Amino acid sequence: MPGKLKVKIVAGRHLPVMDRASDLTDAFVEVKFGNTTFKTDVYLKSLNPQWNSEWFKFEVDDEDLQDEPLQITVLDHDTYSANDAIGKVYIDIDPLLYSEAATVISGWFPIYDTIHGIRGEINVVVKVDLFNDLNRFRQSSCGVKFFCTTSIPKCYRAVIIHGFVEELVVNEDPEYQWIDRIRTPRASNEARQRLISLMSGELQRKIGLKVLEMRGNAVVGYLQCFDLEGESGLVVRAIGTACTLDKLSSPAAFLPACNSPSKEMKESPLAHPPSHGCRSTHNSPIHTATGSRLTQNFSVSVPTLIYTGMGSGSAGKEGGPFKALLRQQTQSALEQREFPFFTLTAFPPGFLVHVGGVVSARSVKLLDRIHNPDEPETRDAWWAEIRQEIKSHAKALGCHAVVGYSESTSICEEVCILSASGTAAVLNPRFLQDGTVEGCLEQRIEENLPAGCGFCHIPYDELNMPFPAHLTYCYNCRKQKVPDVLFTTIDLPTDATVVGKGCLIQARLCRLKKKAQAEANATAISNLLPFMEYEVHTQLMNKLKLKGMNALFGLRIQITVGENMLMGLASATAVYLAALPMPGGIQIAGKTPSDGSYEQHISHMQKKISDTIAKNKELYEINPPEISEEIIGSPIPEPKQRSRLLRSQSESSDEVTELDLSHGKKDAFVLEIDDTDAMEDVHSLLTDVPPPSGFYSCNTEIMPGINNWTSEIQMFTSVRVIRLSSLNLTNQALNKNFNDLCENLLKSLYFKLRSMIPCCLCHVNFTVSLPEDELIQVTVTAVAITFDKNQALQTTKTHIEKSLQRASTDNEELLQFPLELCSDSLPSHPFPPAKATSVDYSSFADRCSSWIELIKLKAQTIRRGSIKTTVTVEKASPMGEGNFRNRSAPPCANSTVGVVKMTPLSFIPGAKITKYLGIINMFFIRETTSLREEGGVSGFLHAFIAEVFAMVRAHVAALGGNAVVSYIMKQCVFMENPNKNQAQCLINVSGDAVIFVRESELEVISTQQPTANCQQSCAGGEVTT
Amino acid sequence: MTSELDIFVGNTTLIDEEVYRLWLDGYSVSDAVALRVRAGILEQTGATAAVLQSDTMDHYRTFHMLERLLHAPPKLLHQLVFQIPPSRQALLIERYYAFDEAFVREVLGKKLSKGTKKDLDDISAKTGITLKSCRRQFDNFKRVFKVVEEMRGSLADNIQQHFLFSDRLARDYAAIVFFANNRFETAKKKLQYLSFGDFAFCAELMIQNWTLGAVGEAPSKPDSQVDDMDMDLDKEFLQDLKELKVLVADKDLLDLHKSLVCTALRGKLGVFSEMEANFKPPAPQNLSRGLVNVAAKLTHNKDVRDLFVDLVEKFVEPCRSDHWPLGDVRLFLNQYSVTVHSLDGFRHQALWDRYMDTLRGCLLRLYHD
Repeated sequence: MPGKLKVKIVAGRHLPVMDRASDLTDAFVEVKFGNTTFKTDVYLKSLNPQWNSEWFKFEVDDEDLQDEPLQITVLDHDTYSANDAIGKVYIDIDPLLYSEAATVISGWFPIYDTIHGIRGEINVVVKVDLFNDLNRFRQSSCGVKFFCTTSIPKCYRAVIIHGFVEELVVNEDPEYQWIDRIRTPRASNEARQRLISLMSGELQRKIGLKVLEMRGNAVVGYLQCFDLEGESGLVVRAIGTACTLDKLSSPAAFLPACNSPSKEMKESPLAHPPSHGCRSTHNSPIHTATGSRLTQNFSVSVPTLIYTGMGSGSAGKEGGPFKALLRQQTQSALEQREFPFFTLTAFPPGFLVHVGGVVSARSVKLLDRIHNPDEPETRDAWWAEIRQEIKSHAKALGCHAVVGYSESTSICEEVCILSASGTAAVLNPRFLQDGTVEGCLEQRIEENLPAGCGFCHIPYDELNMPFPAHLTYCYNCRKQKVPDVLFTTIDLPTDATVVGKGCLIQARLCRLKKKAQAEANATAISNLLPFMEYEVHTQLMNKLKLKGMNALFGLRIQITVGENMLMGLASATAVYLAALPMPGGIQIAGKTPSDGSYEQHISHMQKKISDTIAKNKELYEINPPEISEEIIGSPIPEPKQRSRLLRSQSESSDEVTELDLSHGKKDAFVLEIDDTDAMEDVHSLLTDVPPPSGFYSCNTEIMPGINNWTSEIQMFTSVRVIRLSSLNLTNQALNKNFNDLCENLLKSLYFKLRSMIPCCLCHVNFTVSLPEDELIQVTVTAVAITFDKNQALQTTKTHIEKSLQRASTDNEELLQFPLELCSDSLPSHPFPPAKATSVDYSSFADRCSSWIELIKLKAQTIRRGSIKTTVTVEKASPMGEGNFRNRSAPPCANSTVGVVKMTPLSFIPGAKITKYLGIINMFFIRETTSLREEGGVSGFLHAFIAEVFAMVRAHVAALGGNAVVSYIMKQCVFMENPNKNQAQCLINVSGDAVIFVRESELEVISTQQPTANCQQSCAGGEVTT
Repeated sequence: MTSELDIFVGNTTLIDEEVYRLWLDGYSVSDAVALRVRAGILEQTGATAAVLQSDTMDHYRTFHMLERLLHAPPKLLHQLVFQIPPSRQALLIERYYAFDEAFVREVLGKKLSKGTKKDLDDISAKTGITLKSCRRQFDNFKRVFKVVEEMRGSLADNIQQHFLFSDRLARDYAAIVFFANNRFETAKKKLQYLSFGDFAFCAELMIQNWTLGAVGEAPSKPDSQVDDMDMDLDKEFLQDLKELKVLVADKDLLDLHKSLVCTALRGKLGVFSEMEANFKPPAPQNLSRGLVNVAAKLTHNKDVRDLFVDLVEKFVEPCRSDHWPLGDVRLFLNQYSVTVHSLDGFRHQALWDRYMDTLRGCLLRLYHD
């Protein structure tokens, strides 16, 4: 499928003065694609040249179209000496290659120079004519759509979610080639930018091919990363989830989909060869899956109530015919996959059945030169190893799949830590099969899974648990077991029932390490890793308890390696899931009870902690409704279960009286203070200051408990670097510095954004790096969204009222679960009495010790040249309900034309995304040799980041878009050399370019939507200011 | 632990009006932080001093980066680096080009040259405005002057078009540019009581009536020769003003003029006798002679510069010493200029009107304590 690429250079503006004598510039433009170059005429003596060139036409095959960027260079003509480059524009023409995305790229692009930054703008028009050619052996994958969004994009419907795709390509880093010694920094930077652009193009094409092989048509949750391995090369790797997506004609048609399975089967001839027989026969008891897949008969009506409810001993793998069937089904769908991983963090209704917990694996590697870039086997093997590890962890949790999966690296000199993490889960096979949909099974599942808590139910075998956990019956449906806390890497499911609001929780940790070389260094690091993971986990757990909450979503643990230290930073959003038991408090125990003053100190501290918990509960509105006795009793039909409940009730009867500070010894975590370290830990627990009133923060897409977003959004990036005083660094001092750094950063953000109150910082994404010995760099990207406070209070109230109402009247119906997963928005589950069900919590120390044993079990294997450690496991299982996401805010009218919004979220509050225009994936290098003159490091980086934003916006506007969603700054590598007055920075950003329409406008122009979009986008190109 | 680098970049550039004001006023970061603390911001927000410091630094850095664009406001509108809502852009521009009354009075009518710039230290010391702020204001004046200097067409319109000012600010700048171009003396002690507003008012009248642009509607010469239409006074007109001398030189004409004025004003003027006395030729404070002489002297550049000094000396001060109420001054000036139309022997009616209409407006504005 070759094509013709057409480029027209229209005009330039605001060009820099290149000729001092005349204060003017004689500019011309070189347009290069592949090995072909065209030039415009020289436009003499103007800073605003009007070239109005002819159409430059490049005839190329589609492989090149995908790999190569269009390269536009603006130069100043010089009769006597060499022409001076003013700057360049790289345009990724990929968005023009899918039929549904953009048709033309047209607009003003900043002219960028790696030494001087943005120097004026150039107006360019780009078009592509593709010739259809059904070559079976093609190497291109034109037409496969890519999305950074980690959920099914808003105006599409997932027909099939195929699964994991990954690829990596390696090359030598131009910065480290011999030629770099003799060429200018500019040439070297440009070589790097161009190479990375080429490599990402190639990578995307290769991933596209894999998707086509799987008969998919899109990649969702596409995450591409660069590993700058220095001497040993440059690795570009990407992971994603292959899907078959179907465009919705009207965005409203989304929801009913899950009740009509037959509907999902038409469409996309590409993905569905007609050989699949029984598409529309979902009522028939027998379904033949394609090929050799087993045939199953689901006509047996499964006595759901009996099986799902009890199973105190057998709710595991052999728990009941239904579960077994489900399991089998899922397994069959997943077993062909090498890695049943999904990079998605939010799912279509009904997709996620159970969640097991967080699984993660790390491995320490020594980098060596990649000898043959065409066979990047080593790197492939490393990742395969890690993924295998993840897969086996998931299995241990009784899960077949991993969702919310991501991979990352941290490199320091020749040591590299590879990390992967995700959430073990059991999935509904319906979306996984490319073929028949098992209608009956699906209905079973829907009937069977109580909305709002199903995903919390443990997928693993209770008797054979992979780690110590405390199980109780689900506080929502009272049928299945749930753990006491749940950690996940995914977003909160939309149907989860949450009490109160959520909050951002961070665990921060530093560990000093001796400077060492090669293998010794790798060994030291891998020895430290398990302890770091353990401590991060402990901190998270303590902070979670301190907030009075019981689940973490969006958990991301980042371990960064430096010359002389390791840093760990975990961020997550804590919530109170109604289905999980109420968390116990934290109890402090001293080691030396004899000392009176010490005792006093302890009790003082204890009081402080208790107060904090109480305060937090108030702050985050955590007041799970109490439920009267009769309700507790009545819905439990099983004598066995009832007795169990009663027993637990009696166990904790003493606590019913003291309602608030119920840290009876039984359900409290015990923190032993036996040395100063522990004391520090407790203190640090208490130093985390809650955000000022009117502010909330979370690192997930949306804030649990807030649903009335208004349309004001402000995306920002903040970077801080601190220098540690090198004298007598201790772990404690380091921890304190790091903690202060993060806390101060957050405080600054709250202060800066105070005019937006009431507002919520969403998708708060911290990245830590250690650029030099004594430097710590923290980069934060997030979006502040305003919300309507009054409305918020109202809805929460009615929400609780309603649920209480239903709890008292409908308790008999409860057992029948008349809910449809996708349509019912009413929370309809009674909450169990908060205090009555505490199962005996063992002391925290207990748990820790077993946890560390687990780590020890996964012992490190040290091989020559490559050392590997694996550390794993947290536990979990979430719940659902609430339908918060779609409730629209009061529409805010005037959207200014020409403004391009940027957000790390997959949606824009108060607006509908009407079209995805393609992926934005940009890499920039900026270097300066006059650091002081540019305002020092802060001035330099501030200007650069502003320029990066500008270039992203310009590209989006040129595609006809007015927003970037799922925006992420994947890399911000900053290096300075103040003595030489030099600095260099590399930034890599990506996101999805979209067109959105305000909901208010949508109502007015609903019939003429396409025209409106078009106009908006056309206008957008010019007025982006 | 020291902060090496600390930045915040929003997709929409955050502008804090309060910090912007402090920056414009030329305060250093530490002074600005101290002032913000004094304003009680820490108590209101619960922030720490470190947070405030970092916030202030950040805003200062942003403003510093924006400054280059503010020097050519249309660039601010078309640039892509900072995404700023239009209303905020307008605010940035308006505030950046705003000036202090105290400062503008010091430099009004002075040549916007390096020499004047050197005096900014003194001005800063005298007015209490920071040197930085003085420099900004001075540079603003100079920048606007340079851009519109060579342009044709309405001065205020040109300024508005190239600097995107509000009407009010554009008119003020037109006055500043006009004064700087004609180098009117405004610093003399006896002019100290006049505000910038008084001068700006006069400038506007003069631009409307006395410049080349003012006659532009009925071009008496080929357009190509008409340069700097609004900036320069109409030389020909100034030359012609000599003809008015006849009003005081010709005794008959003077007497007739006087009697006409006196007849018309008898009984209406509280200060009639003083007025009458002032009309007499030997009177040292002859108002009429004064006004006509001012006109006649305008052929010399030096005297043009002293226009306001002369007006105050020859008219405002005598009247003030006789305690004329403003209403009487108005009545007198009206009659004084209107009755000239009845002087049959006087041939320069149009010239007189062009001179006197503007002068009357100016004098009324200048006549206060």
